[in-house]
Amino acid sequence: METLLNPLVLLANFILVPGLAYGSQLALGALGVTMVYAVLNFSNFSHGEIMSFGAMCTILATYWLQSIGLSISPLPTALLALPFGILGAIGLCLLLDRLVFRFYRHQRASSVTYLIVSIGVMFVIGGVIRFIIGPDDRNFNDGDRFLLKARAFKEISGLSEGLAIKSSQAITVITAVIVVAAIFWFLNRTRTGKSMRAYADNQDLALLSGINPDRVVSITWVITAGLAAIAGTLYGLDKSYKPLVYLHLVLPIFAAAIVGGVGNPIGAIVGGFVIAFSELLLTFAYKKVAAYLFGDGFFGDGLLQILSTDYKFAVSFMILVVVLLVKPTGIFSGKSL
Amino acid sequence: MTFLIGENMVGGYGGTDILNGCSIRVDLGDIAVVVGPNGAGKSTAMKAIFGMLNLRSGKISIGGEDITALAPFERVKKGMAFVPQTHNVFTSMTVEENLEMGAFINTGPIAGIMEQIYELFPVLKEKRHQCAGELSGGQRQQVAVGRALMTEPKLLMLDEPTAGVSPIVMDELFDRIIEVARTGIAVLMVEQNAKQALAIADQGFVLVQGENRYTDSGTALLRNADVRKAFLGG
Repeated sequence: METLLNPLVLLANFILVPGLAYGSQLALGALGVTMVYAVLNFSNFSHGEIMSFGAMCTILATYWLQSIGLSISPLPTALLALPFGILGAIGLCLLLDRLVFRFYRHQRASSVTYLIVSIGVMFVIGGVIRFIIGPDDRNFNDGDRFLLKARAFKEISGLSEGLAIKSSQAITVITAVIVVAAIFWFLNRTRTGKSMRAYADNQDLALLSGINPDRVVSITWVITAGLAAIAGTLYGLDKSYKPLVYLHLVLPIFAAAIVGGVGNPIGAIVGGFVIAFSELLLTFAYKKVAAYLFGDGFFGDGLLQILSTDYKFAVSFMILVVVLLVKPTGIFSGKSL
Repeated sequence: MTFLIGENMVGGYGGTDILNGCSIRVDLGDIAVVVGPNGAGKSTAMKAIFGMLNLRSGKISIGGEDITALAPFERVKKGMAFVPQTHNVFTSMTVEENLEMGAFINTGPIAGIMEQIYELFPVLKEKRHQCAGELSGGQRQQVAVGRALMTEPKLLMLDEPTAGVSPIVMDELFDRIIEVARTGIAVLMVEQNAKQALAIADQGFVLVQGENRYTDSGTALLRNADVRKAFLGG
């Protein structure tokens, strides 16, 4: 029994738990990308930096809350500061739309133009972020680190492998579930949400129905910004905040959105988990698992690792290429909100 | 006083004019049908009346009020509803959501209006929770007309409502359109099936090259030998 349980716990500890957390972060990010794509019809490459900006606002608010001695221990102060991050990201997105994207929308610019514009915006936000908070690594998680410690798990179960659950991972998954449920409720149950879906489905007909396009666009930015700030903060809480990392994060997020079928919110969520688990499964060293199942040294001395963790971004690329070759519309053929 | 008047409309897309001074009128409770050969500017005239095309000259008024300068969504508020020829339903949304979106400008309770539409198109009630994209062509047209009626318009404009549906469905749609007109709504439609459409029309307009060639009651146009020969295939 233990020969089977130990490797399972090992996999749960290094793949299942982190995968769920990372997948949730990607899913929230991809959901934002997909919303912008469905409603505004362009691939917003600045989404990673919007996440970063939201996280930065949260961090600054966290510092402020800490300075006035407000805390919700054992939960991280960042959760209390998150509304500030969301507001910051919303302000940024509405400002960007007013200054940049609206101009191209009125020009009815092609999606390629939009894409390049969004890359430009990405660099500008990235620069602003480095001006404000600097390029350094910051750990702003001041809550309890572990919900379940590996040692405690070993004592309870009597197994030789431990299972650790970081509190940031639990917070991530719970927050993601709540946010996703709220988004789906909004899109499918409220008049405003339905008008967004209608606008995404058929812009001209939405106009004929008297739906105000400017309002739909603003609401889309508000939701996207909210999702980005939450995703960015959760990622920062879980890993630590570093501006450069958010630039890299755009790739797995876009891969997730495309794998799921860009424009489709369910697809974005499924895509997020597909990418997260693929990254972890392909970069995990299976040596210890094999040792439990087949005995030590059964497969020689190798780590039994398919890819080095340095190559984890290559996994997103590979999946992206395969999906675009085999099923370009993604798992859930987009685009419908 | 005629309810809708589009007078001496001149305009087109970009440089060339498609409409060269055509006039279209329709009164409450009447059905007006615009027919004509391909490229005569029938659909363009509809778009012009709905404000989706900038006119170079001419005037459009509804109920005596000049609306020439209004944007389409403002015209919706004035009681105009438009069913485009294609892409006229929200394919990813259910029938009921389609109707709900039709009533978007109406912030009051809409259950009553929706019930009336289900009475007019019983099949929609059956399929209310199905995606509009999964319906047959005829059913889709019903959703499209139903969506337009949700605003409780005074003028319903239909651009080739029977394009691509079977003759049986076409007859049924025409019956429904007559019913709609009977409730006191002005109906203006462009039709390829000219004979059948003129048969139900109170007023018919034959457009050629963006101008009115013949204007008369539907039955009179059907009896007119020249019209029959040139536009109705004998």
